[in-house]
Amino acid sequence: MARKFLVLGEVRDGSLRNVSFEAIGAAKLAADGGEIVGVLVGDSVQNFGNELIQYGADRVVAVENDQLKQYTSDGYAQSLLAVIEQEKPEGIFFGHTALGKDLAPKLAGKLESGLISDVTSIEEEGGNIVFTRPIYSGKAFEKKIVTAGIVFATVRPNNIEPLAKDESRSGDVSTLSVDIKDLRTIIKDVVRKASEGVDLSEAKVVIAGGRGVKSEDGFEPLKELAQVLGGAVGASRGACDADYCDYSLQIGQTGKVVTPDLYIACGISGAIQHLAGMSNSKVIVAINKDPEANIFNVADYGIVGDLFEVIPLLTEEFKKLKVNA
Amino acid sequence: MNIYVLLKRTFDTEEKITLSNGKINEDGAEFIINPYDEYAVEEAIQVRDAQGGEVTVISVGTEEAEKQLRTALAMGADKAVLINIEDDIENGDQFTTAKIIGEYLKGKNADLIIAGNVAIDGGSGQVGPRVAEILGIPYITTITKLDIAAGNVSVIRDVEGDSETIEASLPLLVTAQQGLNEPRYPSLPGIMKAKKKPLEKLELDDLDLEEEDVEAKTKTIEIYLPAKKEAGKVLNGEISDQVSELVQLLRSEAKVI
Ligand SMILES: Cc1cc2nc3c(=O)[nH]c(=O)nc-3n(C[C@H](O)[C@H](O)[C@H](O)COP(=O)(O)OP(=O)(O)OC[C@H]3O[C@@H](n4cnc5c(N)ncnc54)[C@H](O)[C@@H]3O)c2cc1C
Ligand SMILES: Cc1cc2nc3c(=O)[nH]c(=O)nc-3n(C[C@H](O)[C@H](O)[C@H](O)COP(=O)(O)OP(=O)(O)OC[C@H]3O[C@@H](n4cnc5c(N)ncnc54)[C@H](O)[C@@H]3O)c2cc1C
Repeated sequence: MARKFLVLGEVRDGSLRNVSFEAIGAAKLAADGGEIVGVLVGDSVQNFGNELIQYGADRVVAVENDQLKQYTSDGYAQSLLAVIEQEKPEGIFFGHTALGKDLAPKLAGKLESGLISDVTSIEEEGGNIVFTRPIYSGKAFEKKIVTAGIVFATVRPNNIEPLAKDESRSGDVSTLSVDIKDLRTIIKDVVRKASEGVDLSEAKVVIAGGRGVKSEDGFEPLKELAQVLGGAVGASRGACDADYCDYSLQIGQTGKVVTPDLYIACGISGAIQHLAGMSNSKVIVAINKDPEANIFNVADYGIVGDLFEVIPLLTEEFKKLKVNA
Repeated sequence: MNIYVLLKRTFDTEEKITLSNGKINEDGAEFIINPYDEYAVEEAIQVRDAQGGEVTVISVGTEEAEKQLRTALAMGADKAVLINIEDDIENGDQFTTAKIIGEYLKGKNADLIIAGNVAIDGGSGQVGPRVAEILGIPYITTITKLDIAAGNVSVIRDVEGDSETIEASLPLLVTAQQGLNEPRYPSLPGIMKAKKKPLEKLELDDLDLEEEDVEAKTKTIEIYLPAKKEAGKVLNGEISDQVSELVQLLRSEAKVI
């Protein structure tokens, strides 16, 4: 029987997140030719339907309600339960984002289903959908299958290829009316800190600073380099603990896990807890004045030197490249 | 106030992971309280000290988790519960753990439940929200601040770096994010007192649960270690030449720029 999968299209700051397209890519692998139904939830989100279709959804169901302007687990769960009830899918995929992490366990719990969190790859093997995910913060991996209920999964950004956007694709975008009631948590205020610039967990390039950056101002050259490369700035816990930057930038076993194409570690010694958060990056560059620093053991390329000398030079080189290109 | 903390015993973050017979090798490894659950214990103690009441720390696991529970008692928690599943269940998952905790908490009239936002070993972040769902109470994940006044709760939630201020009422489950507080170290008198504090040990039978009731909804079919990363090239020469070489390598060899 053809398999049907739902994928939640997550809208943040007025656009669909890239990880939602990656989740469609994941659902395509799992559905084995079956139907992919995009789901949108919000106060006014229908207009994103076509983009989900261009990235591979066959059709889209949108739940719109004034009460859904902001994410709450109650409001979104009521919406998705109604869509699940209507569509009766075999599985439902989310991005492994703040929203996906918060919502998916509630739904899986409600429906007594298995949920595989933080998936980095997916295969269809003899009728089973086999998910790979990191455990011990990336020090090991496990392959898992769901054995009961609806197949729930959250997919880690930057790991599963989205399909190429195809503007010629079209499909039906329908709405489902859901009575949203009894929201038990109310958002009073949102202070934006992260949304300046590129999202750390989805960035293709990450420039990370450690205690070697020495001060809050010391992060400036890193920010400049990140800007030239269209990347995001991250940090070690050493730098966060020293108050050079906000904890939301921390990468590692008790921070964010990132897997960009390029990770440049500046003044970071390479403690095991830090490596857990970045060692699966595709290419790692280390800049450290200590030739014995452990970070060189995982780096593809290393420069032994003072980061305050190296980084501005690097920024200049990349700028030159851009001008020539 | 009736406060519960969910605490998982995990591998020390310093540990390297090895396999034996396709499973994670635990021999000789050091274990700790999951770091996020330390924030949960600390927060629970602070809330109790401000509001009165009692802090009970719960762990589902094996006999060995007693050590981590005693540490939480030494920090200042009042009671501990160890639900020992060793003899009853072979394969569990987040559903299993949440179901057991949920069953235990039913009828306990918890006002506030504090969990960690994620366990650094299993890494799913599912158990908190699943427990709240079983109990039919609201939850807020990844919080960095908690204020309670007259049954009304105001929290700050970290959302990928943005801060949301959220209002809710008790009963409530929250999960702790880094930045919530600075967990205290157990004091010597605390450690002495902890030895005499109540630590209840339960098994599935005591919760009127059968093996089938908690059967996992997922199955692990393989565990493996990532390919070992080879140390790469450390460049030589004048710094400015190294920088040019690096940019060349990133373009033509690594092809990431
Ligand atoms: C439970 C637990 C959880 C943890 N979780 C995390 C986590 O999630 N993420 C994390 O990062 N850490 C984590 N840590 C902390 C970790 O153990 C290290 O303490 C931390 O990563 C060190 O940060 P650092 O590399 O910036 O600092 P340091 O180890 O002090 O290294 C600074 C480096 O900068 C270099 N340097 C100094 N000046 C310069 C210069 N001018 N130019 C170039 N290089 C220079 C030095 O040679 C040195 O190698 C955790 C620890 C524990 C116990
Ligand atoms: C009977 C049984 C058998 C198991 N067998 C296996 C196995 O064969 N293979 C395997 O990989 N795993 C096994 N597990 C562990 C299980 O898969 C998960 O590790 C566990 O459910 C927690 O999930 P997590 O690590 O993703 O935690 P998360 O959901 O990330 O944890 C979030 C928070 O929930 C709370 N929490 C999590 N676990 C516990 C706990 N045990 N007690 C109290 N609070 C907790 C903590 O506050 C924690 O910070 C078994 C568990 C049980 C109960």
